[in-house]
This record gives sequence, structure tokens and C-alpha cells, in this order.
Amino acid sequence: MNMILPAASISATPNGTTRPQVRIVIVGHVDHGKSTLVGRLLHETGSLPDGKLEMLKAVSARRGMPFEWSFLLDALQTERDQGITIDTTQIRFRTRSRDVVLIDAPGHAEFLRNMITGASQADGAVLIIDALEGVRSQTRRHGYLLHLLGVKQVAVVVNKMDRVDFSAARFNEISEEISAHLIGLGVTPTAVVPISARDGDGVAEHTPRIEWYKGPTVVEALDALEPARPLAELPLRLPVQAIYKFDDRRIVAGRVESGSLKAGDEIVIMPTGKIAKIKTVESWPVTPVNGPQGAGRSVGITLDRELFLERGDIIGHAGQSPRDTRRIRARIFWLHDKPLTKGEQILIRLGTKESRATVVAIEKAIDPGALSNEENTAIARNHVGEIDISLAQPVATDPYTDNPRTGRLVIEVNGRIAGGGLVLSVDAGRPAVPVDIVPVESALRADERSARYHHNGAVIWLTGLPGSGKSTLARALERRLFGNGGSPILLDGDTLRAGLNSDLGFSPQDRAENIRRLAEVATHLARNGHIAIVAAVSPSASDRATARRIADSAFREIYVATPAEVCETRDPKGHYAKARAGALQGFTGIGNDYQPPSGNELTIDTSNRSVADATDAIERMLTETGVLFDELTDLAANI
Amino acid sequence: MHLLDNESVAAKTRSAALSNASSVPGIPPNQAPPSMDHLDELEAQSIYILREAFARLKKLALLWSLGKDSNVMIWLARKAFFGRVPFPALHVDTGKKFPEMYAFRDRFGKEWDLDLRVEPCPPIDAVDPTLPPAARSAARKTEGLKWALNKYGFDGLIAGIRRDEEATRAKERVFSPRGLEGEWDVRDQPPEFWDHFNASPPQGAHLRIHPILHWTEADIWAYTKREGIPIIPLYLAKDGKRYRSLGDQDITNPVASTASNIDEILAELDATKIPERAGRALDHETEDAFERLRVAGYL
Repeated sequence: MNMILPAASISATPNGTTRPQVRIVIVGHVDHGKSTLVGRLLHETGSLPDGKLEMLKAVSARRGMPFEWSFLLDALQTERDQGITIDTTQIRFRTRSRDVVLIDAPGHAEFLRNMITGASQADGAVLIIDALEGVRSQTRRHGYLLHLLGVKQVAVVVNKMDRVDFSAARFNEISEEISAHLIGLGVTPTAVVPISARDGDGVAEHTPRIEWYKGPTVVEALDALEPARPLAELPLRLPVQAIYKFDDRRIVAGRVESGSLKAGDEIVIMPTGKIAKIKTVESWPVTPVNGPQGAGRSVGITLDRELFLERGDIIGHAGQSPRDTRRIRARIFWLHDKPLTKGEQILIRLGTKESRATVVAIEKAIDPGALSNEENTAIARNHVGEIDISLAQPVATDPYTDNPRTGRLVIEVNGRIAGGGLVLSVDAGRPAVPVDIVPVESALRADERSARYHHNGAVIWLTGLPGSGKSTLARALERRLFGNGGSPILLDGDTLRAGLNSDLGFSPQDRAENIRRLAEVATHLARNGHIAIVAAVSPSASDRATARRIADSAFREIYVATPAEVCETRDPKGHYAKARAGALQGFTGIGNDYQPPSGNELTIDTSNRSVADATDAIERMLTETGVLFDELTDLAANI
Repeated sequence: MHLLDNESVAAKTRSAALSNASSVPGIPPNQAPPSMDHLDELEAQSIYILREAFARLKKLALLWSLGKDSNVMIWLARKAFFGRVPFPALHVDTGKKFPEMYAFRDRFGKEWDLDLRVEPCPPIDAVDPTLPPAARSAARKTEGLKWALNKYGFDGLIAGIRRDEEATRAKERVFSPRGLEGEWDVRDQPPEFWDHFNASPPQGAHLRIHPILHWTEADIWAYTKREGIPIIPLYLAKDGKRYRSLGDQDITNPVASTASNIDEILAELDATKIPERAGRALDHETEDAFERLRVAGYL
């Protein structure tokens, strides 16, 4: 305990401006003693609020339970009831030369998402192992995740040495096993420490019971960890968070992830490859600011020319820009209940960019807790794997070995983060050569049109059986949007077949081409601010996926799911009757060739609701998904 | 009554320092960027979070409790958006704050050009009678918040809570989903890492956004001093007592203190082991009162 200086005698400022602050996460198998170690560390470093220990001892006595150090952390009633730690907490204390922020991460497999949330914020980690139980599945899993999360400094503690009579042999056995596992992942442990958290051996003091151990105590090992450094030495990466036009300035805002920038720099905007110069670096309350702005700063810049850029673009220096690609190989961890499978549609977040994507291959899938079992069909929850991802639009990125900040991605399913990982490689693609082109764009900006129509451009795709009510809904929606001052345009499948698509029949190839043309025309309209309403049977799921890829984020799919029997009784064009009579070949509706959508934005069954009611539902969906809006403040968020 | 106003002095000092720097001709092209200190890092992270919230949510509001933390938060928002806060500042008013707090709100709501919305709380009878008295009183604020949410339909509320304040707040995410009734499900929080946030609340629910979750009480004071952010004088010692945390008059008590300026507050915090919310009666009624409040949607 003579390790620790009392807080009052430290002359540094209390906010840690002169002492390095390190964030440490404690991980390991459930019940190997994380909470006990944390409680003990707080006590040994004199960090407990006055009265807290006594209060918890009194609570334990009242409940007729013996006091445990871990109670200090179990501040939540619910936790005590369940007997397990359920989320990350952050606790602060001081060692001789460090301010330590301790992030407790739960060990229960159920709460891996919380372990990841905690560990992703850490500069270093303590991996705890029960001396009696040795290396367990969660020990290995956490080691693997530390590697995937980019935590390079790992100290191992072998706890509960009292249960193995402080046996040096047992300690060495565990030390060798875990060191081999970690080194195999590219992580060399900074120390392996034998301790008894309950009794205090090895935590802050060498005690006679571990006299055979000559290495650092836990507190000394923590004191040796270094805070993560900003990536000042790497090339500039500024992912664009937003473009603000609050006044006459057009400010590109973002955080410098690596490198630095200053006014006058020649920059490249990826993935488009447009070039520009930084005119000013804006700030508040004093602006503009001169001199370079380094990694970690949240900045705002103006450019020397008007060009289109958007949230998700990455700004780099000419000649040192990130890659642009539509295909990525990644090593990921998976947290979603449903396993990740080949062909799955996902949302990828790379920095501030989001893009729809498809998993085109699963190269490897393993349970990092098990010693060996490998497959390549699906990645189960809490497992890791390597996948190939095809993106709906080009993105800017780096392999993580080149840049750990822009070389990592997050996978979202149904609006919730489901996994994440490292970019291993990007496809050859076209090289990231800056091109000095100014494409001819419309004289009108998207936001000018949006301001007039009170909506963004969109492709509303109504799919469903003949007679399901697509055209009726499309017409009602067109009337509604137009009545509200919008600019809807109806693209009816049959109508277009009479002109633009008159060369096409009903073979699968012709149907696919029919859909592609519809999607291209609709997307062109959407890009110019209109709402294209497409009413087309479009029975093939893969054709509709093509349409979604073309229209990308503008795409809103509505499944008009009226039951087939109802459609047939309606039969507005007499097609069902003809098909039953054998006079119409290749007709969708009677056979089983309609593939219902999944992942569509809305489903409407017109057999049980009125047209007005269904139109309301569509309008609501369009508002919720950002197509329709009624306030100018909303508009500001999009420009 | 007086308000502290060291803002203009600090701003002038900074302005002078910067204009001197900019008048040096010919900054060398490879000049190293100035290193970031602890407060710079906190500030940059908070600005990043505020900009993410503004980019990803449709209808945001910032909860302005008038205390030191939410004042820092407004300051950070002005930095993030280059001078003006582009969403409303919502004060859910229990009607029982100190007169100094109302004076502060009225003055700086104008000076900072805030889109201030003051919303009342329901009468105490409308609140869960099984809660202990102080918690019940604080729960009024939760009800008032629900009213305001229904009235405006916000999908994101920016709140100035910090992990170090209280054990249950340590469990929070930066983007924290709330249920349809505003409740917090601590067991089912989504993962959040690498500054990627879950920003899609279920229909009818909302998100709490916590841009200063990673700050400490000492960070708040050090930053307040550095930036010259005005504060309510109740935070400074008078007759041997000062408020560390400001809530409703009837459930907030001052702590013993001689700190009459921010430096002295910082020195005092460095030595103390008394928790910040010691003066908040509701925290001490039963072990789980605070958590019950938070599960129901309290900040």
C-alpha cells in the first residue's frame, strides 16, 4: 500500500491535465473475480467515498449475507437480485503516475455487447483468470475481442491464488497457456500477475505468500499502461459529419481522425475524387483559426469552391487519400440473435458513411471461446468471422493496418448495431487518383427543390399481385402528395410497357430489364427531387433488390399484400379469368411465382382497409423515413 | 443578486492570443498541430456527439436544467454549430427552483439566443404516491418531461448527465433508447462502440443523448473556468456553505464549503470524498429510489 500516494498530496490539477489518464477495462470469464478485484483496487487506492464501505457492510448485514468486495460495484438493486453484474460502469482512481478510469465489463456471455461497449473505450485491459478453473471459453473470447477492438496493452491477472495454495507451478501453467493464446492473436501481455483479490495479495503489495513472484503488482502494472495517442503521424482523414449553412458560410464539419489540416491545404474528397483547397478553418467564439488542427479535433472548414459533398465522404490530402471501393473483406464480431448468413442484406457504417450492403461470402466463422471449430456458412451470435461485403454505393476507407480509425466498420440490422470489425482489405477497384473534374450538375440544388416541395426525392415501389390495389393506391397517393404541394409522378408498369418498354416481353430476362429501366427512370426523377411512384407486380425478389440498389437510399418498398383470393375476385383487367381459361401464359397470380418481399418499408393489405386509410399509412411511413417533412428545422439537418 | 460574468474577459484574452498568432507571417507548412490537453479531448468528443445527434435525429431538444453541467453543454453546442444552438432548449420547470436560477435562465436564454421553451410540471398528486417524498417530488419532473415530449414530438433529448455523478448513471450509453413511456431498460441496452451510436428509436419512443457522459465534476469546473462560462452564484460559498448540485429548493441542501471561486472549488473537489449529490435528498431515501426514478424516465 505504500505504492499509493494519498490523493491530497498529489500536486497535479484535479482534472488530470498534467497526469496521463488511462482507461482500463477488466475482462474475463464470469465469476473469475472481476468485481472483487475492482472493489479491492478502489479500497487499496483510497478511492471510496466516505461511508460507502460501511454502508454496504450494513446492507449486507441487514440482508444476512457476508460482505463481498464485489458489492461495491453492484450498485443497482436489479444486479444484486440477479447476482451478476449487468453493465459497464466507470470508476476512477489514481496510481502513482496515472489517473485510471476503470471500465468494468461484464463476463457473462449474455452480456457480450456490454463487454464490447466497455472494452472499445479502453486504452488497456486487465484479463482476469481464476487460478483453480484456469483459461475458460470466455477468457479466450475476451482475448480475441480485445484484439478485434484494437486494445493492444493487456495485463493478465491470475486470481484466487489462495484456492491453489499460492502454487507457483499452477501459476506458470496458466501463464504459459494464456500468453500463447494472446501472442497468437498479436497481443503480447504486458504482465502476468498472481493475486488474491479477496485477501489483497499482489493487488497493491507483494506479500510473503507470493514471495516467488518478482514481477509487478496489479497497481504497478496499471501504472505502466500508456494512454492511446492520437494518430497525428498518419495521413489526414476527415470524415464529413455534416455540411452547415446557418449563415453565409458553407461549413464542412467533422472530426480529424488522423493527421492534421490547415487553411490552404489541397484536399481530395473521397470516394468521388473531387479536389479543392481549404479556404478557412472555422470556429467559435473566435473565427477563423490559423495554424494546423490535429487528430482528435472536431473542426469546421470552408472550401475555395462550390462542389457537392455529403455526410460520409472522407477528406484527405492530395496524393494520400483513402481508397474508394464497393467491396470489402472484414474480420468481424457478431452480436445479433440471428446468425449472419451469406446473401444477407445489412447496413454498413464506416465512419459517418452508411451504405446498404450484401454479405457475398463468409470465408471463416469461429467461436473464439472454443479451441477449434470452424465453419463457413453463418456467423452465430458472439462468434467472429471473416466476410466479403458488397456495398450498394462506393465508400472511402482504409485497411485497418493502414489506419485503425477509418479501417473499422459497424454493421446494423433493423436500426440496431449488430456487429463490428476491421477492414482487412479493399478490392482493387479503380485507384484513388484525384481527378480534377467538375461534373455538370443540375442548375438546381437538391435542397432548393426540397424547400419548395416539402419533401426529398424518393422512389416508392408498390409491389404485389395483379388486382392487389397497387394502381389504386398509387393514384390516391399521387393525388394526396400533389394536394400538399409536392411533386409526385406515377410510373405504372403497364403504361411504360406501352412505350419505353414495348420491346420487352415476359421472359425472366425481359422482366428483369423491365424492372431495371423502371428503377433507372424513377431514380433519375428522385435525384431531381420528385417522388416517383412505381406500381409494378415485380414478382422477383432479386429484380426488386436490383431496383433498390439503383435507387439506394431513396428506395421505399411497399408490399401490397392483399390475399390472392381477394385479388382474383376483383380481377380489374380480366387477367385472372383469362389465365384460368388458359389464355394468358406467364401470368403472375395463379402460379406460385410471386416472391413476397422481406425488409420492405411497409406492408398494406387492401382487403381490410380503406384507400384513404392506406394512403395515411404510406404518408406516415414517408414522414418517418425522412421523405416528407413539414418544418424548416428538419430541412437544415439535410443540407 | 448578481450573476458572474467573466465570459467577455476570457473571450477577449483568447481573441488577443489568437490574433497575435495569426499576425505572424508565413506559418511553416509542416508546423506540428498544438497538442490537445484533457479538456480539449473532452470538448472534441462532446462536439462530435452533438453533431451526430443533429445529423441523425429529426427533432431534437436540449434539456436545460440551468445547472453547471447543462450550461457547459449549451456552450459545447454553440461551439459545435458555430455560435447558435440549432434546436430548442427545453426547461422543464417544477416552479420550485431558486430565484437566482430563474434570473439566470431569463438573462442567458436571451444572450445566448436560445430557442427557449419553458414547460410546466403536473401537480404532485399526479405522481406515484408509493415513492418517498423527495423522489416523488423529483418524479414530477419526469411527468413534466413526458408532457413536453407529447406536446412537441421530440425524437431526441440531449441531457447533461455524467457517469461519475451516481452509480446508476454510470451504466448509461451515449445514445440511450427510451421506451414508449420514456422508461429506461437497463438490461437491454444496445452495444455502442467506436463512436457509432444507435440512433433509430422505435416509433413513438425517443432517444436520450448524453454528450458530457464522460466528463467529471472537476472537468466541468475546469472547463467552465477556461471558457469563461457564466455560473449561478449559488455554487460559490456563502456563510460557510455552497451548493454542489442545484435542484428544487425544497429537496436540495448546500454542503459545508469555503470555496468562493472556481479554483477553490477545484481544490476542494480534489480533497473530498463526499459524493456530489450528497445534497440531493432523493438519493438517500432508499437504496433503489434513484434507480426506480431512472427506470421510469428520470434523468
